Amino acid sequence: MDRFEWGNGNLLQGETQVKQQHGVRLHDGTDKTAFDRGIITLTSHRLIWTDSVQQTTLVTLPLSLVLYAEEVPAGRGKSPRVAFHLHPAPPNKPPGPVMMSAHSYIQLSFKEGGETEPKAIHAGIVGIERNLEKKWRDTDENISQAFEDLNKLMKKAKEMVDLSRTIANKIKDKQGSITEDETVQFKSYLLSLGIANPVTRETHGTGTKYHEELAKQLSDVLTKPIEESGGMMALSDVYCRINRARGMELLSPDDLVDACRQFEALRLPLRLRVFNSGVMVIELVSKGEEAIIRQTAELLNEKKTLSPDELSQSTGISILLAKGRLLAAEEAGQACRDESVEGIRFFPNLFLNPPTR
Amino acid sequence: MRRAKGIGAINKQKLAQAKYKDKGSEIAEDQLSQMSKMLEAFRTNLEEFASSHKNDIRRNPEFRMQFQEMCATIGVDPLASSKGFWSEMLGVGDFYYELGVQIIEVCIATQHRNGGLLSLEELLRKVRATRGRTKQAQDVSLDDLMRAIKKLRILGNGFALHRLQDGRYIVQSVPAELNMDHTNVLNLAEGSGYASFSMLKQQLKWDDDRAHLVMDRMVQEGLVWVDDQNKGERLYWFPGLFPDTT
Repeated sequence: MDRFEWGNGNLLQGETQVKQQHGVRLHDGTDKTAFDRGIITLTSHRLIWTDSVQQTTLVTLPLSLVLYAEEVPAGRGKSPRVAFHLHPAPPNKPPGPVMMSAHSYIQLSFKEGGETEPKAIHAGIVGIERNLEKKWRDTDENISQAFEDLNKLMKKAKEMVDLSRTIANKIKDKQGSITEDETVQFKSYLLSLGIANPVTRETHGTGTKYHEELAKQLSDVLTKPIEESGGMMALSDVYCRINRARGMELLSPDDLVDACRQFEALRLPLRLRVFNSGVMVIELVSKGEEAIIRQTAELLNEKKTLSPDELSQSTGISILLAKGRLLAAEEAGQACRDESVEGIRFFPNLFLNPPTR
Repeated sequence: MRRAKGIGAINKQKLAQAKYKDKGSEIAEDQLSQMSKMLEAFRTNLEEFASSHKNDIRRNPEFRMQFQEMCATIGVDPLASSKGFWSEMLGVGDFYYELGVQIIEVCIATQHRNGGLLSLEELLRKVRATRGRTKQAQDVSLDDLMRAIKKLRILGNGFALHRLQDGRYIVQSVPAELNMDHTNVLNLAEGSGYASFSMLKQQLKWDDDRAHLVMDRMVQEGLVWVDDQNKGERLYWFPGLFPDTT
């Protein structure tokens, strides 16, 4: 009896009623309890006993604690019963009518009617158990089938990976030359399978047709937003914008980088640039490196001192990129840094350009 | 006559060489067309697989992980290109690329607070909060995050995963260089969320100079907050290590 919890009469989400019987008493093991004359409701989730008179007195038992149910035929002076053998209560079980019980089974006895009621309840429970088992088996089977299918698929994929390596090696060793067209074809096979192509990237130049097309698309879409962000945008930023705009059939990070690498060869107005820190940006070609440095140096002279934060605010580019510009200016000798725990701050390089008297 | 023989001989040699070359290119050509046929067959196999199990990949994190591991074993990166078979037919790509966008956005939104360091668990919590309310949308695992992060590195944003001693992971999303000393401080601070000079001296056996160098650097990068209200000595708090309850 210590597996029961106090209940409030509300059904759980998705819970449905299966059977209901009146005149049912609960027994702790075989001992009578005070839960006499009640309504037993079997649902898809629980066993609920409600007092016939005091409908607010309600105890519930989750079906997950039922090990198995059996019919107990009527005996001398005893009505027919159904016994529920139970699992131990979980440690965080909500409070119920009984703290500790010596028994790990309960019985329901039926005052009204003969054998049919207990039979009905028993059948109800068995039906629920069968359904659950079937669900688990189906999921189990489906997943094992999925794993089996996956294994077969991977075997086939491996065959192709091995073949592609052989071909790549042949190309590398220059045993058997293949034409330009065939190289392009081979590269697209590798792309389809997701195999890195160390050989062809170095020796045969630029990426696939797909990346070239992608580069053109990107250039169309990105030129204006980049202009509006001070002529430069971090690659992560580009990645998010492009994919948010697409919604589906998203670009992989690799695709984005490979496409951006094509900008120069295709004479598009954008460039991929990598800073010393590893940060990658897309910038407008019109803004040459020197022009930016000159611009930054002029601003620095005007403001007397700039932190990346301040530069970012006045030019509308991100702090990370502003820092990059100041560092570039420093490298060109147009700025001097002052590093402290407060961060990094830049000043005009008065050593190189002393103030005119 | 001799000359003709001579030319004939050279021609014969050239012809033989050309034939040899052809043989070589034949072999490569043959294999290429063989591969082309295999690819077509594989495409069909993959389509069949997709029709039965595409949903399993989207819905089941364990199956997804198994799939990823098998790809890695055979030397295939299913996330390399959205033009890849895997992405096109299984939709694996979209799942991870979208996750990538969500990860970047969460990191950018929290950078002002944690300087670009946050625990993988907190990242998961916040990413889940931005995803839809459906069970499927919520069924994202730590493994999924880690794979998406590994793919994002190529964008040059400094994404990195640091493993702490207790097995937890910290995600870095700024291109600061964190060396062994920095990671050791993180390890020290992981339980309480803070580090102090006395902790560094006692537990890491560092001298004053080293402690200053490392901690000043971390303050500079915005990875720690300085707390001088503590009686006794200064404490350095790592917002990336304690959960943001907002």
